[in-house]
Amino acid sequence: MLADYGYIGLLLVVAIFFAVTTLLLPFFLSFPSRLVIYFRRFTQYLETHYPFLVRFIPPLPKFPRFMQVVPYNPNPVKSSTFECGMETIGTAWVRFNFRYYFYALVFIALDVLVVFLYPWAVELRGLGLFGLIAALVFIFIIVIGYIYAWRKKVLEWK
Amino acid sequence: MTMAALPPDWPGGFWLHWGVFVVVIFVFVMATIMGFIWFERRAMAIMQARLGPNRAGPFGVLQPVADGIKVMLKEDIVPAKGDKVVHWLAPVVAFVPALMIFAVVPFQGGAILADLNIGILYIVAISSVTTVGVFMAGWASNNKYSLLGAMRQVASVVSYEIPVVLSIVGVVLLAGSLSMQQIVMAQDIPFILLQPLGFLLFFIGALAEINRAPFDLMEADSEIVAGFHTEYSGMKFALFYLVEYGEALAISAIVTTLFLGGWRGPLLLPWLWFLIKVILVFFVIVWIRTTVPRIRIDQLMALAWKFLFPLALINLIITAVEILVWPAGSLWVLVPINIAVMIVLVLLWSRFFKLGWGKVEV
Amino acid sequence: MIGLDIAFWILAVVGVIAALAVVLLGDVFRAALSLVLCFLTVAGIYITLSADFLAAVQILIYVGAISVLIILAIMLTRDVQRGSPSNRLRLPAFLVAILFFGGVAYALLNTTWQVSSTPPLEPTTPAIARLLFSEGGFILPVEIAPILLLAAIIGAIVLVREK
Repeated sequence: MLADYGYIGLLLVVAIFFAVTTLLLPFFLSFPSRLVIYFRRFTQYLETHYPFLVRFIPPLPKFPRFMQVVPYNPNPVKSSTFECGMETIGTAWVRFNFRYYFYALVFIALDVLVVFLYPWAVELRGLGLFGLIAALVFIFIIVIGYIYAWRKKVLEWK
Repeated sequence: MTMAALPPDWPGGFWLHWGVFVVVIFVFVMATIMGFIWFERRAMAIMQARLGPNRAGPFGVLQPVADGIKVMLKEDIVPAKGDKVVHWLAPVVAFVPALMIFAVVPFQGGAILADLNIGILYIVAISSVTTVGVFMAGWASNNKYSLLGAMRQVASVVSYEIPVVLSIVGVVLLAGSLSMQQIVMAQDIPFILLQPLGFLLFFIGALAEINRAPFDLMEADSEIVAGFHTEYSGMKFALFYLVEYGEALAISAIVTTLFLGGWRGPLLLPWLWFLIKVILVFFVIVWIRTTVPRIRIDQLMALAWKFLFPLALINLIITAVEILVWPAGSLWVLVPINIAVMIVLVLLWSRFFKLGWGKVEV
Repeated sequence: MIGLDIAFWILAVVGVIAALAVVLLGDVFRAALSLVLCFLTVAGIYITLSADFLAAVQILIYVGAISVLIILAIMLTRDVQRGSPSNRLRLPAFLVAILFFGGVAYALLNTTWQVSSTPPLEPTTPAIARLLFSEGGFILPVEIAPILLLAAIIGAIVLVREK
């Protein structure tokens, strides 16, 4: 059995490696364009802080067009957040709506119910009537909470 | 520990088995996702009385390849004030679980990477890790609409998780085991006939969980731009896109294994049967996309909490009573009973509960 | 076995680093993500102990539900991006933590742990079911658990209910 989990662990490593490589591929392809921007920023930094060193910087070789496959030209407008063309005001937080928290809480309670039901389902044929009654009591108690939630109208999204 | 539980160390059975099946999984997943992208665009187009992609290769078959190359050449724009590391890691965290699901999907009689004793529970657990990836994407974009889209998406995934998991318990009751291979072997009668209500609940719930139409409220361009992946461009956006189709493929594979009998079938090779069933389920998914209009967020939540969840509980109780009354042997007597129960319950319940008619508040 | 040892050491080191990062990182969201990583490594350690059902339940409940709750709470809190305010209790807290760690380590190292000679049962789930749900098993705690869950649900309803 542990060999199976060894398989899965190694598959996890390979999957992470694959996803990271897929993300790094355009990053490396954009290196010629990135070098232009980084070089420009570097010379600007030198000009403002150490102007006498500027004459020692060799000029950047101009990359041929076919090597600039993936562009990289950041500017403030592109890097700003997207709000359908309007300017953003204030930082990004949302007004507190208990609704999200409520659904997450009820989900936790029902998830624990499900966790108890899985082994019960596997072994029900062996447990017989006693097991069935036990699980019915369990489900009944949770259903009381559920009916209360329904009657108090909290299950709707307002 | 007994010797049987220890892994054999170093080359031999362990690495050969792992190597072969990892290659099989990767090739299957990537090729089938590409095929599904093409299949969906073509099938949707024909159902909408237009042609689909037909320029890139014969019948547009190379269209996904063209899309992949295009998306790799796009500039990678990162939002200025967001958390850059989290922004970079979010697609990885969303993608890896979708790939890990296929470690326990049986392609054939002995062809499975790891036949875990807890097979289906492993799938349920792994697919709950993608919600963390969604949160990461929404937060790191520093955009209040991305955040809102991420929170809504998580709320809807979490609401539909419960009926899905409960309908799986119905299948586990019939099969008597959590292992995927054993569930396939227990299907002398495909479970879609023995658990029609369970199949319906699982299918609807799974469609809502992967945010496909008619539940794609979170990504519809007219709603909240693109939800949590608004600020993503280039390859990261491509990874989210792959995640969507990868999850659709995973759902099709799980439905075939749990309800349609997996790789079992009379004449053809087993893995061919598996492939045919997966493509059939995906075709039904695409068909539903072109047929049913999108539903609102309050209808979405009401469907999960007021319709699917109580029906899932009732299905569970009825199945448990049934397998205690008829323990073993011929289960054919259950088929008409269950189908009748499903029809009665669905009709009764749709008459009695009200969909949300409230105001939609942000 | 060597594979098991390598897996345990990697999981243990990553888990401890993640747990430290939860406490020491300034950015609250990153701290929450390290907590998720810590939960995942704990699930991995359960697997090295052959408790596969428990590992799946750990991921399902902790990573799937409780992490969602924590991250939702962070997202809905105002001014959380400024990080937690510093306080003057860092040094005393550090001393107490070191003392506690010393006490626990001493207790761990000086106990004679009894190792079972029987191998773990192969499919663990039916065994867990028999222990929980059969007569003479732990049926009473199993029936008390939904009462706790009912209390949680009612608490959540009271929070959300329209007055």
